[in-house]
Amino acid sequence: MIEFTFWDIVRNLLLAARWTVLLSLAAFIGGALVGLVVLFFRIAKNSWVKRIASGYIALFQGTPLLMQLFLMFFGLPMLGLRIEPWTAAALGLTFFASAYLAEIWRSGVDALPRGQWDAGASLGLHYLQELRLIILPQAFAITRAPTVGFLVQLIKSTALTSIIGFEELVRTSNAINNATFEPFKVYGLVALIFFVMCFPLTQYARRLEQRAGAR
Amino acid sequence: MGYSLDFGWLAGAAGVIARGAAMTLLLIAVTTLAGTFLSILGAAGKRNGPKPLQLAIGIYVEVMRNTPFLVQLFFIFFGLPTLGIRLDPILAAVLAMTLNMAAYTIEIVGAGLDAVPRGQTEAALALGLRPRQVFVKIVLPQALKVIYPALTSQIVIMMLESAVVSQIAVRELTYEADMLQARTFRAFETYFVVTMVYLGLSMGLRRLLVGGGRRVLGAGVS
Repeated sequence: MIEFTFWDIVRNLLLAARWTVLLSLAAFIGGALVGLVVLFFRIAKNSWVKRIASGYIALFQGTPLLMQLFLMFFGLPMLGLRIEPWTAAALGLTFFASAYLAEIWRSGVDALPRGQWDAGASLGLHYLQELRLIILPQAFAITRAPTVGFLVQLIKSTALTSIIGFEELVRTSNAINNATFEPFKVYGLVALIFFVMCFPLTQYARRLEQRAGAR
Repeated sequence: MGYSLDFGWLAGAAGVIARGAAMTLLLIAVTTLAGTFLSILGAAGKRNGPKPLQLAIGIYVEVMRNTPFLVQLFFIFFGLPTLGIRLDPILAAVLAMTLNMAAYTIEIVGAGLDAVPRGQTEAALALGLRPRQVFVKIVLPQALKVIYPALTSQIVIMMLESAVVSQIAVRELTYEADMLQARTFRAFETYFVVTMVYLGLSMGLRRLLVGGGRRVLGAGVS
């Protein structure tokens, strides 16, 4: 039996937390890129393209993330890719994030007055220029609070990747708990680490929201 | 390649899937009732209770909102027994879901209470209603009507999140899927079918809640 001192537990948890942070970042960046594509589809003029994007968003928002991760984990090998918890976790969370981010940004685009589009068109900008120079900067600006809020949700969601075998904070804590039999302490510490990561972001989102409300 | 999809096992598994889905619905039904009740108490306490209670509710909300549900579940199921509180899986799942949901709905209900104009309370008091009657009969129904759409979304989100309680061996939909794929060796097909069942459940639940809300709370609920 290995003896774990309190600091051994803390050190191992903090080391594992690196993977939680890394996965959150990868999923957020990947999700933002894919989400941008979904957003383009979602606000397209063609109603079929729009419908496909709506279906994509509804699919990811209407099913459990755990199922999405399982499908990634067991579905990727069928495409000839090797099962790798990291790949499945990062890809699964990327698609999950893309659907939510696209929907958040779509609400920002919808909130802009019609005149913004008209003004862009009257300046002789074509569709993509209008989006890049006028619509998207404003849409991102007014949806900054919910975007940060979603980042918190994403960080918390990385906990689920422990179930498909990705070695992050929760999976490491399960292993430590199996060795020390101190679940109260171990899971309490895990909760504390997540809290320290998420709480500043939550506060930041709240401040953004208040500033937007004051304007 | 050479992998071909096979859904031949599905006919024999329909009963198991249905049983799992029923358990998931039972969990979310109990959670919805308990969570809404708890959040009404919490929101009222956060507004009118004594200072220490307000602080305690505030801390509770922040802690629950900034930690993963899975960790909360493990803490309750594995951690509490060391304090002598042993819960069976279903009870632990319902407790974790209720506490998690309440943290979100306390804020929602609170926003609803704030949305009811002060004049409503003053008018009711002027008519001679007692403060508790004012809250239960005048303010709360109006608040619930305002927040109903947000509450509906939260219930659906919680239903999807409940997939996690399979990890403490509650025999709901995801747990049955895990068992099924271990038996059939058709992991992708099994999870695909169950994912579609979840999609149906969440769409059905949303429709049911919106329809039911319109009937109970009157028109104007979307």
